[in-house]
Amino acid sequence: MIARWFHRRGWSDLVIGLPYVWLLIFFLIPFLIVVAMSFGTRTSTAPPFGFGGENPAINLAGYARLFSDTLYIRAFVTSLTNAAGAMVLCLLIGYPMALGLTRVDRGWRNILLMLVILPFWTSFLLRVYAWMGLMGSNSWFNKLLTGAWNWLVPQAWDVANVPLMHSNFAVVLVMVYTYLPFMILPLYANLERLDPTLDEAAMDLGSRPFAVFRDVTLPQSIPGIIAGGMLVFIPAAGELVIPTLVGDSSSPMIGRVISDEFSSARDWPMASAVAVALLILMVGPMMIYSRFEARAQARERSE
Amino acid sequence: MTQALVRIEGVSKSFGSFQAVKNVSLQIEKGEIFSLLGGSGCGKTTLLRMLAGFEAPTQGRIFIDGVDMAAVPPWERPVHMMFQSYALFPHMSVEKNVGYGLKHEAMSPADRKARVREMLELVQLTPFATRKPHQISGGQRQRVALARALARQPKLLLLDEPLAALDKKLREHTQFELMSIQERTGVTFIVVTHDQEEAMTLSDRIAVMDQGVVRQVGRPGAVYEFPNSKFVANFLGSINAFEASVTALGDQISVDVPALGQSVQARAVGGLIVGQNVTMALRPEKITIHRTPVEGDNVLAGEIKDLAYFGKDSLYRVALPSGALVSVHAVNAARASDDDRLADWYDKVWLSFDPSSVLLLTD
Amino acid sequence: MKRSNTFLLTMLGFGFAFFYVPILSMIVYSFNGSRLATVWGGFSTKWYGTLLSNAQVGKALWLSLEIALLSSIIATMLGTMAGIALARFTKFRGRTLFSGLVTAPLIMPEVITGISSLIFFILLGQYVGWPSSRGFTTVTLAHITFSMVFVTTIVQSRMLSADRAIEEAAMDLGARPWQVLRDVTLPVISPAILSGWLLAFTISMDDVVITNFTTGPGTTTLPILIWSKVKLGVTPDINALATLIVLTVGLCVLVAGAVMNRAERRAERDRRMAYRANE
Repeated sequence: MIARWFHRRGWSDLVIGLPYVWLLIFFLIPFLIVVAMSFGTRTSTAPPFGFGGENPAINLAGYARLFSDTLYIRAFVTSLTNAAGAMVLCLLIGYPMALGLTRVDRGWRNILLMLVILPFWTSFLLRVYAWMGLMGSNSWFNKLLTGAWNWLVPQAWDVANVPLMHSNFAVVLVMVYTYLPFMILPLYANLERLDPTLDEAAMDLGSRPFAVFRDVTLPQSIPGIIAGGMLVFIPAAGELVIPTLVGDSSSPMIGRVISDEFSSARDWPMASAVAVALLILMVGPMMIYSRFEARAQARERSE
Repeated sequence: MTQALVRIEGVSKSFGSFQAVKNVSLQIEKGEIFSLLGGSGCGKTTLLRMLAGFEAPTQGRIFIDGVDMAAVPPWERPVHMMFQSYALFPHMSVEKNVGYGLKHEAMSPADRKARVREMLELVQLTPFATRKPHQISGGQRQRVALARALARQPKLLLLDEPLAALDKKLREHTQFELMSIQERTGVTFIVVTHDQEEAMTLSDRIAVMDQGVVRQVGRPGAVYEFPNSKFVANFLGSINAFEASVTALGDQISVDVPALGQSVQARAVGGLIVGQNVTMALRPEKITIHRTPVEGDNVLAGEIKDLAYFGKDSLYRVALPSGALVSVHAVNAARASDDDRLADWYDKVWLSFDPSSVLLLTD
Repeated sequence: MKRSNTFLLTMLGFGFAFFYVPILSMIVYSFNGSRLATVWGGFSTKWYGTLLSNAQVGKALWLSLEIALLSSIIATMLGTMAGIALARFTKFRGRTLFSGLVTAPLIMPEVITGISSLIFFILLGQYVGWPSSRGFTTVTLAHITFSMVFVTTIVQSRMLSADRAIEEAAMDLGARPWQVLRDVTLPVISPAILSGWLLAFTISMDDVVITNFTTGPGTTTLPILIWSKVKLGVTPDINALATLIVLTVGLCVLVAGAVMNRAERRAERDRRMAYRANE
């Protein structure tokens, strides 16, 4: 019976239908509920929201507060600057590393690549935690930094320890640490495919190594830079774990704000409004990313 | 006459606004090797894929053994294909690959095994039966693909560029092997190729295709010696072609060829009228080169402008006083050293050719 | 050339130090005798003892493994189906929405996915009566949803790069479409399915944010347990736990690397064999 049904075209409906329905129920509907929720009104009932009745059918108060309450504006600015800072630092550290990986010989390269991926397989939480250990004011690392600082600057500026923890700097540092593989891997994939004879041709035509890099390598690696940049920026902008553990709680990032509005303040409509606003802010970079990716794929296919 | 095995009737295929195949009609007889010859994008592969059932014709009908194929899916057609990439299943051994088609046939396991063994013997791959495709050479892969496609005894075998992936030496050898296997099995072959030499050696008949249209169909010799258009003449081998006009009809036809600065005699053919514009075409190997003046109708005097020595033969480019260049292909029958060649750069030479060699093309 | 290579290799060294110094420091401090996590107080393995006697940790680990195994298997099945559908069925109704649904969870911030899942489950419980509470079921459902799209991405890109001719060849040899899928497509993409499953498993094992929103009392996965402890600061037993996790994962990756290396060497030998067979 099942076999006969399979012999007909039914199996293809199953292949499409099952994951489709799953995503509709467990992803799209929850997401649409959040969007709808952002127009709701907070009530003291359970669940704590209402539409219609004594409440307005569409309540824009949440969105209005996004612009009037400096908490949200500051959170957005902090998120975007932290994410952008992490992205730029990842690029500055990751690009030479990716380029360096293409210059070591084959056997070593596989081992080094594995070492880049290895931290990614270990727990994300524990990688953040490792830095908490390093940044604490009593740690050897902090003492090392403090010593270096006190030795470098005049005595009047001496400090007892460097205040690393609970700062935006700590957030950026740990984000760079956890997301650096996302920058290195697409960059490496891009750089590895470049034709080394182009470098040789440029040198043959009289370019010095830096000019070769500037004129030949860098322009060809822009797709990799964009891919890596987006892979760092997008999760960094919505990050929740890192700012909670090492961030400055007086200037929270947007992920923290959403979580707090939802859990502590039990203001579901406001949390939803902030979430929707974050998504809208991220649509721009994502569209740039997908456009570049589509173009890169088209180029690959035409080759 | 017996009914043709394959009848293609007015078949067209469009992809969006692009017409890949335009109103093609062909009949392919049982037991022949038929080649579809043309450059890339001429529609030959699309035609092949329509025969296999991977594409549906936009218009027209295809009959195989008298059955309309329109509603028959690929897996039910009595047609098998040898893919250009061979498309061997990478996760199956050679014998599993060859036996895959038989799995879909009501057959006892013993018969199936025997058939696989027979096929492996046919292509001389018995010692490699348990190897995976990536463990054998390119030539062996090609033979696995052939054995796999033949295992189910198709009425028709489609071969998509069967020799393209092989190197030159292996290609020649494989050509003859393909022909002998075809002879032994009696299966009808349709071969798609862009290589004119391959098409000439392999086929009983050739269809020359260009931009989705079949330009000429015929035996290799007929298509080569009597091309019906400048395109076909050019595509199969090389040709000297000049604009000409008919000046007299009779036992022989006289045409005036302004580029040569003289008139040329050609063997009589029908359908021409005095004053008609034609293309006078002449294959390079039909011209004889002389170092001393010769008498006769079709004689041209000129000077050697270029020569290319290939070993067994040489190609000369002879400049005429009018400025036209004529290519001449001559076999190096006698052994000659550098100082003692048939002709050298800037030598004055005379060219002659028989009126029967002259082609008058109206297309 | 020489000088630029020196610079790049120095950066590489610096980068790897950046990657591994924090982890090494964590490992070293797991053997710290002092109660203060960051002040060295002599070598000791007592934190491992504390850890192993902690039944909570074992329970959390077991729960994480259960959820990861169940969710990754279902996610792999659903994700593979979606990948095949997107790569092979170019025309079906709602394809655009489908491909959007498959990419959106990849870029959706985890906080938003977590909150929307939680609201969905609360409302579902309220108005449908199921799930009555949050815990194993809701966490597993949420993990399946956001890890299946990773499987889809891997499978889809493998399908797109595979030679379609081998599927046509199977069809040409008499296989119906579903037989083509069973005999050719699935075996050929099986490495992609395997790596998709591995990714889905790791994602589930590692997830904090979405689990934190969708879990309920009594359902504490290992990351949630670590999360609740780490929020309070650095403690020596977490150093020990982290060391065990890092060493386990490192060992697995090392073994996987060795296996892959051997497979590569075998492929190289096969290539040479094929070359010799040419003669």
